[in-house]
Amino acid sequence: MSDRGVAPARISAKGWGWQHSGRATKAVHDLDLEIAPGERVLLLGPSGAGKSTLLHALAGVLGADEDADEFGSLLIDGEPVAAARGRTGLMQQDPDAQVVLSRVGDDVAFGAENLSVPRDEIWRRVPAALDAVGLALPLDHPTSALSGGQKQRLGLAGMLAMRPGLLLLDEPTANLDPAGVMDVRDAVRRSLDETGATLVVVEHRVSVWLDVVDRIVVLAPSAAGEPGGVLLDGPPATVLAQGAQLLASAGVWVPGHVPAVRQRTPRKSGDRQNGAGLLLQAADLGVSRSKNRRRHPAVPAAVVPSLYLSAGQALSVTGPNGVGKSTLALTLAGLLPPASGSLLATDALARGAGSSPLKWRGRDLISRIGTVFQEPEHQFVTGSVRDELRFAPRLLGQGGEKVDELLSRLRLEHLADANPFTLSGGEKRRLSVATVLAASPQILILDEPTFGQDANTWAELASLLTELLDAGTAVLSVTHDALFTQILGGETLVLGPQAETECGAGGAAQSKAVLR
Amino acid sequence: MSVDVLAAPRSTAWLAGANPLAKLGAGMVITIVLLLSVDWVSATVALALEVLLLPLAGLSAGALLRRGWPILIAAAVGGYGTALLAPKTGELLLVMGPVSFTSGSVEAGAAIALRGLAIALPGIIVLASTDPTDLADALAQKLRLPHRFVLGALAAMRLVGLLVAEWQTLGMARRARGVGGEPGLFSGVKAGAGQAMALLVQAIRRASRLAVTMEAKGFGAGPRTWARESRYSGQDLAVLAGGLVIAAVSVSAAVVLGSWNPVFG
Repeated sequence: MSDRGVAPARISAKGWGWQHSGRATKAVHDLDLEIAPGERVLLLGPSGAGKSTLLHALAGVLGADEDADEFGSLLIDGEPVAAARGRTGLMQQDPDAQVVLSRVGDDVAFGAENLSVPRDEIWRRVPAALDAVGLALPLDHPTSALSGGQKQRLGLAGMLAMRPGLLLLDEPTANLDPAGVMDVRDAVRRSLDETGATLVVVEHRVSVWLDVVDRIVVLAPSAAGEPGGVLLDGPPATVLAQGAQLLASAGVWVPGHVPAVRQRTPRKSGDRQNGAGLLLQAADLGVSRSKNRRRHPAVPAAVVPSLYLSAGQALSVTGPNGVGKSTLALTLAGLLPPASGSLLATDALARGAGSSPLKWRGRDLISRIGTVFQEPEHQFVTGSVRDELRFAPRLLGQGGEKVDELLSRLRLEHLADANPFTLSGGEKRRLSVATVLAASPQILILDEPTFGQDANTWAELASLLTELLDAGTAVLSVTHDALFTQILGGETLVLGPQAETECGAGGAAQSKAVLR
Repeated sequence: MSVDVLAAPRSTAWLAGANPLAKLGAGMVITIVLLLSVDWVSATVALALEVLLLPLAGLSAGALLRRGWPILIAAAVGGYGTALLAPKTGELLLVMGPVSFTSGSVEAGAAIALRGLAIALPGIIVLASTDPTDLADALAQKLRLPHRFVLGALAAMRLVGLLVAEWQTLGMARRARGVGGEPGLFSGVKAGAGQAMALLVQAIRRASRLAVTMEAKGFGAGPRTWARESRYSGQDLAVLAGGLVIAAVSVSAAVVLGSWNPVFG
């Protein structure tokens, strides 16, 4: 066996701490932690406990920050992390940041090349690594054609080809649909069973990793005045029993614990009949991201026979990856032209602006249809949280009275002057919803609003939406989150491939829609 | 979901199998020779021979027009400008007020336009038949350029493809905030500049995440091996010879027909 370096790694932190340059407090503080070779550890903790910082430090990618301060010692196999190059593999949250080269085989080989593995050995390892993560693809398959879950597994294969003794996963499934989550989790488990490597994984959703890990470590918040270090440490069952309350309040998805959410108040019967309050209607609507050209008409990604959206109605759009759910949402939102069929705003929604949402001016659009994108950063247009919230009212010629209300409603007051890009993931999500609500749209469209969110942000979001629904806002959400759909109530539109056999590569086959 | 628009399927044309450095070398021979003389004979002969090579690069006439139309326009504009300003020799062909064309000036214009096309076409052929990964391998392994630089540029190129899709998403995301869609040139320019700034921010953030991935995979710390070997073959000799033949035939034709007109001397 040429399995030199597959020996599982030992981690040893003694009084370790890290302070990023220009920050007032330490990201990690006074950490004492021993992880034995081959242990599989789930790392939990409130937002801002420094989980990612610890992972990046172990991966040896924190070193470039010259003004940062390091305290204590952090060792892998008794050596400083800088000397442990090639002993660790790191997977990040963003699948697109996982891929380096444009062909599958080359990308898997990249890490091994950097470790000066001989060429023959690399090409022995590459197919084995792809096999281990369940990616049965030709070596020259373009990496750009992979789904998010496949990209994460490709990244894992690249690590396996490096034969690391330690796998570090930083919220590896936060941006994936449920099927992708399971694929990645199973691929990680299989590779650990084969190599016996040590695992440290950071993730909000405990249930995903519960069967894989044999130890849970909960980091304490590292804010000023806090003692830092480790709060809870032990076998999963013990830690979850001891710390259920504490973990739940920190936003961790504790198995069996459903976050408290404001429920919808049932409507009186007869409230909505004969299309009263109808806002938007679509017939034979084909949606596509490519433009219709005279000689090359766009092939619709999905066709929806009929769709009605009324005031106070909840509609969830679901279905597997690549069937055109987001494209449908963008089309209904007046952001993409329909590829075929018709999409009409009723007079109740258009209020004189015309029946085609696509043709509305920006300021007309935001007070009628508000859209929250999957990536909050795409929608930030100013330099501070307060200005973000003022932006829509200013466009509409209104005062700023809604701003303070939204700030406190979404717990963003203490961040009013912060730059939106510096917020945490949950804060960014709350802000992106608040900015759209500041224009008081009649229809709210959300694309995977709960992806990667901790339980606290999730519950806030769900409560806020039930409130809006009861107040008469129509809410359309593209989501894989069954619990979220259940709480919002209303109808579910399932987009699916028309013929499973034709739809393999997500190419020309159209999706069909089923309303349940 | 982001789509990499630059990621074309790998070309299967004959030229795609040649070493990128051989293709670059052949292209440079033709370019240097054509730069030496402004005459329509050498440019026409070279252009004709290059067009004959298009099938070897897997390029159809339609694909060439789609990729190369800006160069066609640039060549036409250059030729027109030259015909307008060149010394008015020969017989007078057309006079429109202060503007006049003579047979001499039109010939000079045609020579410039043809020369521009003949110089640009090898570049298009090399680009269309060369995979960026193969080029990076050749630059790093054969020319011994620093691999940190070459592979960094290669990874960055992949990001450029993602940014095209990102630009479209940003446009929609910002319209959903009410940005843009206002009448007037000034607000249009302002919205465009804001979107460009947002794209820059996204590009930097994505690039730094990619850099972390590359660093975590041990990139840039020391010597590395290459999974793909960049090598020369008999095909590369044929490619280089082809470049030399095109250059030699076009110069000979110009000299024999007496139109050879060196820039120096």
